[in-house]
Amino acid sequence: MKPELVSLILNAVQELGEHNGVPLPTALDGDTPLFGRDGLLDSLGLVTLVVAVEQAIEDELGVSVSLADERALSQRASPYRTVGALADYAGSLIRAAA
Amino acid sequence: MDTPITLITGTRKGIGRYLAEHYVRCGHRVVGCSRGDVDWSLDGYQHYVADVSDEQAARRIFTDVRKKYGRLDHLINNAGIGSMNHSLLTPLSTVNAVLNTNVVGTFLFCREAAKLMKTNAYGRIVNLTTVAVPLKLEGEAIYVASKAAVLSLTGVLARELAPFGITVNAVGPVAIETDLIRSVPKEKIDRLVSRQAIPRLGTAADVANVIDFYLLRTSGFITGQCLFLGGV
Ligand SMILES: NC(=O)c1ccc[n+]([C@@H]2O[C@H](COP(=O)([O-])OP(=O)(O)OC[C@H]3O[C@@H](n4cnc5c(N)ncnc54)[C@H](OP(=O)(O)O)[C@@H]3O)[C@@H](O)[C@H]2O)c1
Repeated sequence: MKPELVSLILNAVQELGEHNGVPLPTALDGDTPLFGRDGLLDSLGLVTLVVAVEQAIEDELGVSVSLADERALSQRASPYRTVGALADYAGSLIRAAA
Repeated sequence: MDTPITLITGTRKGIGRYLAEHYVRCGHRVVGCSRGDVDWSLDGYQHYVADVSDEQAARRIFTDVRKKYGRLDHLINNAGIGSMNHSLLTPLSTVNAVLNTNVVGTFLFCREAAKLMKTNAYGRIVNLTTVAVPLKLEGEAIYVASKAAVLSLTGVLARELAPFGITVNAVGPVAIETDLIRSVPKEKIDRLVSRQAIPRLGTAADVANVIDFYLLRTSGFITGQCLFLGGV
């Protein structure tokens, strides 16, 4: 499931770049930092991405999960620190919901 | 213009039912919920049986609205319960129930509605509080505290959601004859009414009038406000 989620998140990041003018690096992958140190997103960008990912998961995988998380601001444990971390976090919630 | 999509909580009876009927009359598509099913029906109204403090149930409603309409224009957080009782006689289970419905429920619906409204960069959220907050009405400690929390939420969310084109406001009615205040003694209601600038009971129409104003497209610069009825 992880590669699927990574690409779903990358699509959402791309869209954010196009519609919200977030400057993106040329290469995007699981290691791309999202939020926190060297992250692409400010807090409003993060909110927008999280909502877009929740909706994409609902549309494409038919599961409704809330990607809200208490550890948002933690440097080490934040599920929003990279694309891959967010994919792992979303994957764990999707499995728990199944 | 597209038909406005309006979600109202607590529509089975009382003010919520009035609001559902009112906004259907105004040409909105109204989606409503309450813990119980409704014994009435209306073209343009769809009911969900859901407790506002149940996250899964709430998300189901929003998923449906998103699938069906792709957007949400208005949310009215009307569902509310009270406990008219001296604090020393109020059981903990009541405290939890009041906080869950009034505070947790309002928060959850604001959160989920904002996600949907944000995709359209437009939204109007209206929360119900009460004049019992500024009047510090004795005998309703936990109810008043929960509605004070709704007032604080309104103010903070107004700021957090402003970048998404969403306004968040509140209306604080005086006593209105519904089941909510049925158990309050008449003398107490009379005393409350006498503290208003305009000493009469309120009506659901008085509440709808304030909400109509908040929902206007032209009210886009009005957010974080609370309007108390009766001149309190
Ligand atoms: N009446 C007044 O004097 C007055 C004054 C100031 C403010 N208000 C506020 O106005 C709002 C409406 O009050 P009302 O007078 O119309 O009260 P009401 O007649 O008792 O109606 C309350 C409504 O909320 C629903 N509800 C209660 N708990 C719920 C929950 N956990 N989840 C979903 N729905 C729930 C009820 O339906 P179910 O039982 O089926 O769930 C019912 O439809 C409340 O927020 C109240 O605090 C009322």
